Amino acid sequence: MDLLRFITAGSVDDGKSTLIGRLLYDSKSIWEDQLEAIERQSKRRDNGVPDLALLTDGLRAEREQGITIDVAYRYFNTVRRKFIIADAPGHIQYTRNMVTGASNADLIVILIDARHGVAEQTRRHSIIASLLKLPHVIVAVNKMDLVGYAQDVFDGIVTAYSGLARELQLPPVTYLPISALQGDNIVKRSAHMSWYEGPSLLELLEEVSLAGISEALPARFPVQYVIRPQTETLHDYRGYAGQISSGTFSVGDHVTILPSGATTRIARIESGAQQLQTACAPQSVVLHVEGEFDISRGDLIVPSGALPTLQQELSSLICWMDVKPLLKGNRYLLQYNTFRTPVVIKALEYRLDVNSLDRETTPDRIELNEVVRARIKTAMPLAFDRYTGNHAHGAAILIDESSNATVGALMLETEAV
Amino acid sequence: MPRDYLDTLESEAIYILRETAAQFERPALLFSGGKDSITLVHLALKAFRPGRLPFPLVHIDTGHNFPEALAFRDRLAVALGEQLIVRYVEDTIQSKNLQDGTGKFASRNALQTHTLLDTVSEFAFDACIGGARRDEEKARAKERIFSVRDEFGQWNPKLQRPELWQLYNGRIHKGENVRVFPISNWTELDVWRYLEREQIALPSIYFAHERDVIEYESQLIAVSPFIRLDPSDQITRRRVRYRTVGDMTCTAAVASEAATIADIIGEIACTRISERGETRIDDRVSEAAMEDRKKNGYF
Ligand SMILES: Nc1nc2c(ncn2[C@@H]2O[C@H](COP(=O)(O)OP(=O)(O)O)[C@@H](O)[C@H]2O)c(=O)[nH]1
Repeated sequence: MDLLRFITAGSVDDGKSTLIGRLLYDSKSIWEDQLEAIERQSKRRDNGVPDLALLTDGLRAEREQGITIDVAYRYFNTVRRKFIIADAPGHIQYTRNMVTGASNADLIVILIDARHGVAEQTRRHSIIASLLKLPHVIVAVNKMDLVGYAQDVFDGIVTAYSGLARELQLPPVTYLPISALQGDNIVKRSAHMSWYEGPSLLELLEEVSLAGISEALPARFPVQYVIRPQTETLHDYRGYAGQISSGTFSVGDHVTILPSGATTRIARIESGAQQLQTACAPQSVVLHVEGEFDISRGDLIVPSGALPTLQQELSSLICWMDVKPLLKGNRYLLQYNTFRTPVVIKALEYRLDVNSLDRETTPDRIELNEVVRARIKTAMPLAFDRYTGNHAHGAAILIDESSNATVGALMLETEAV
Repeated sequence: MPRDYLDTLESEAIYILRETAAQFERPALLFSGGKDSITLVHLALKAFRPGRLPFPLVHIDTGHNFPEALAFRDRLAVALGEQLIVRYVEDTIQSKNLQDGTGKFASRNALQTHTLLDTVSEFAFDACIGGARRDEEKARAKERIFSVRDEFGQWNPKLQRPELWQLYNGRIHKGENVRVFPISNWTELDVWRYLEREQIALPSIYFAHERDVIEYESQLIAVSPFIRLDPSDQITRRRVRYRTVGDMTCTAAVASEAATIADIIGEIACTRISERGETRIDDRVSEAAMEDRKKNGYF
């Protein structure tokens, strides 16, 4: 049994809450007392099933205002997988919420209302999925019951979306027709759409391959914490604790420590009380190296044969998440894995319209929920990878030092794309 | 090779614990003697051994705890050689002249918050690690891994930060502190499976045992000096276990024959009632009960 994290995206009323409720309900992840609570609240029911959208409904303030304003996480499992759903609701803060939810997802389910087809919002969700480089995309055409389960409606949407997918260079997209409300093709294959021969949504989610994506990348180990017991028996013990971001490390590997550039070899790998010969992402381990070095939190251990870029000026796509605008010349704290350094925004290169992909060059300010490509200069050299090549090791955040808020999501680049 | 999901969850929790140790000056691990905080201690040992834990274990003792859980807590702290700090709700009631809970199942849940906040300021803790999980209750589904609280322990939506990738921002202003939830992404079943896989010891009350109970609104409540018995209450001796361990006044037992964790997992797989619904008396008061407590600085 392994773990799949996915995000659902759709415009308001496309049926996202109903879909999530349905997955939880049909996979028997809802306890009876929770069901009773929503049954009491349900004004309407279909097929004897209570209003499943109520299950994923959040905090009371939002219930009262009738809106949802944040990312919520839901859990269910089958015998094959544990699933974590990031539920990023729509409305004003959408870009920020969706980027947040998508940042940890392996897969996105994009919902399209069969009656409306590919809408402007669909474009936006797809653009965000392409910026974040989500490795798997499923397009679920919902409310098929409202279009008589007609194949030509589905085929038309597939054709329209394929054009968009090509334009955005999305990974191969899987399409399926569903009715979240009626349960068609959610867990079981639908009896209403014999023309569709593919798997149900749950079957798809269970079968998506997660193997090898990050293990195959160059190995990266950001030092998180130094373990030095300094007791008599463990006088010389000095272990570098952290989580492997990508790739595989083995005992004996020649490694370089950045930013110092010192080279050595891996002497031991520990996990709990166990000694390992090799370890790969995303394992949390303790590395020991040969010889004595001054290594501390924020340093990076990498194979000497596959060094990342080490520079002080870099470009990045930034999704802006603060109400205070981003201006050229502003200073922030950059958090990149376990490393923090002050940065200054040297230039705003272009604003990327997340609805159209249009670029507006040298904007003078960037507002909440906008995406910009900016040039930044770091106070100390940064050893980094491009986000497009290595998600786990190419992402960073900006922190406003006066408010301490997390204000920007960064996907790092070396040169202009 | 796909990794087992428990390894992925474990690795994430260890990462979060190490981030906490690195980003804060005075973290603490809130330890209740229950299975979730026992899991946290086990994860902390994996994160920091052979070094010492970079934080003390802190227990807010309501005075209504199960004696078995307290004995387990003390034995564990001694066995690990780690620091245990205990603060008593009873002392807060005395020193601050507070009104103790009343009624049949007098609860000290609200009072517990006072003691917790006092303890946080006594030791100037800037981060408190807790075992809460997002699957426990609807209001928790949006809780952050690093959840920023103001001086009053209150959860303010405006203080909450987006959590992107695995980048946790623990910077805070003076007076603020952070609640850290390393097992946010675990469900109840995940915890049980992990306890089983790692062969982690638990207090005896988690396993089936004989106990005098009364039945109240179809829940089984242990007879203890802390609840008020009424003439209509019928005391019976039943074979029960606990699914969560909170106060004796507000945690219900479930009928059970489970002698091992595997048995417990089997029983849970057959129940259709949530952990909270089955075992917490105080949550049934209102839909929003949990949400209110969270706003007020309860974990
Ligand atoms: N007929 C039909 N209605 C649906 C379907 N899925 C959702 N709905 C309805 O569409 C409305 C909006 O659904 P909801 O799940 O709240 O949408 P959300 O805003 O995307 O979360 C509700 O009235 C649902 O009952 C479907 O497959 N068929």
